[in-house]
Amino acid sequence: MKHLLSTKELDAATAVGILDVADDMAATQQREVKKLPTLRGKTVVNLFFEDSTRTRISFEAAAKRLSADVISFAAKGSSVSKGESLQDTAQTLEAIGADGIVLRHSSSGAPAVLARSGWVSASIVNAGDGTHEHPTQALLDAFTLRRRLHGDAGRGRDLDGVSVLIVGDILHSRVARSNVWLLATLGAHVTLVGPPTLLPHGIGDWPVTVGTDLDAGIAEGPDAVMMLRVQKERMSDAFFPSAREYAAGWGLNGARFRALPGRTLVMHPGPMNRGFEIASEAADSPQSTVREQVANGVATRMAALYLTLAGGAA
Amino acid sequence: MTARAVLQQADISRALTRIAHEILESNRGPEGLVVLGIPTRGVELADRVAGLLTEFAGVPAWSCPVGSLDVTMYRDDLGRNPVRGTAPTRIPDAGIDGATVVLVDDVLYSGRTIRAALDALADIGRPAAVRLAVLVDRGHRQLPIRPDFVGKNLPSAASERVNVRLAGTDGVEAVTIEGGTADEADAVSTGGPAEGGAA
Repeated sequence: MKHLLSTKELDAATAVGILDVADDMAATQQREVKKLPTLRGKTVVNLFFEDSTRTRISFEAAAKRLSADVISFAAKGSSVSKGESLQDTAQTLEAIGADGIVLRHSSSGAPAVLARSGWVSASIVNAGDGTHEHPTQALLDAFTLRRRLHGDAGRGRDLDGVSVLIVGDILHSRVARSNVWLLATLGAHVTLVGPPTLLPHGIGDWPVTVGTDLDAGIAEGPDAVMMLRVQKERMSDAFFPSAREYAAGWGLNGARFRALPGRTLVMHPGPMNRGFEIASEAADSPQSTVREQVANGVATRMAALYLTLAGGAA
Repeated sequence: MTARAVLQQADISRALTRIAHEILESNRGPEGLVVLGIPTRGVELADRVAGLLTEFAGVPAWSCPVGSLDVTMYRDDLGRNPVRGTAPTRIPDAGIDGATVVLVDDVLYSGRTIRAALDALADIGRPAAVRLAVLVDRGHRQLPIRPDFVGKNLPSAASERVNVRLAGTDGVEAVTIEGGTADEADAVSTGGPAEGGAA
């Protein structure tokens, strides 16, 4: 695997293979010595054109645990803010000797452009591009689901028959998109619920069930409920109802949480807006996987970096 | 080019039985033994050796701790090949600190896998001693590594392939050798078993 650009391009065998490697990476993270020598001598550049502390430190931890050298490049305050193009930035990183570039960009498709451009020979890992995809987030979500549902027996298994309810701003969410493609590929049944204005056009072609009524979705008793983060900066847009209306209609409040079966997992990619899209009662319950998702994120990103960077010519 | 059977199922069972006795003999009993198999086929062999150790030790309530040690992340040839998947590492709950770890693999060849295994072990703990048991030693060492317990010494040409198949992993059980030129094959058939493991 030269690049990891999207989950849409992953077939089931490849996706399960990534989760299996993540399983083994997670096991090494339980040890006293967490570092592996695997990517010694490789350089990974975190190239972030959007702020994201969590994703950046998760990738940084993953690369460091594999002994890669990590250079973090935040576009703010850099030559990018002076108008340097993606091409010039990438070619600078190439000249520095980057073996892998972890790219976050506000433009959908930027990682794919970089991978196909010929500007760099480095492997590209998409860390979130516009409203397109955030593949490592979906992989860590699938990994978390498989772990919780199957434990150590999960190795080699997909998510056949698992039902997942994804709730929130589907329109702008790359997390939702990456999860839809990946979960469907792994055999899960995905239901999307959100305000009508925040469901994208063309959603009819997606391999999902779509609704606008969260209570109806909860009544189905899904295996997992994944709450998307509401981006407050979007609240001023015309798409959004008022904050109070949103929370009343599509927030996982205490009453809705209590209506869920005890086996239903509560997931959130973080950072959470407590009391808004998710109540603390749900976020801090044993059914919540929020903190596991963070830990699993490091293992999953270790797997992604290993699989894209460790191998030689096929 | 046909595959020639070198060991049959009964030969493999006998070899493992002898290895288990040799381990107990050299260790002066079962004290502190931990058996770790290197994936894929080393794991099945380790399970069988540990079962035999438990049986032969004859110590009530003692069963030989056994696990697996994946060395993929420690290999020195990762950048020379397409990327490989990994396999689980399972260390017995008591750990390996102060233990006598017996590494088990199916074929010993260049010694590079064992080099990687020693690095992997060092990240997990500090055994009192590390021993090496292999079903087949085919020679051609590239590193100063030597097995302590050998099922069969099998001098081979580098162009030949030694295939180990085990009941639990492959459904059938045999060690076969295939490929190589006629001259090299002759050299093998007249080579005879060598004493000790080191090439």
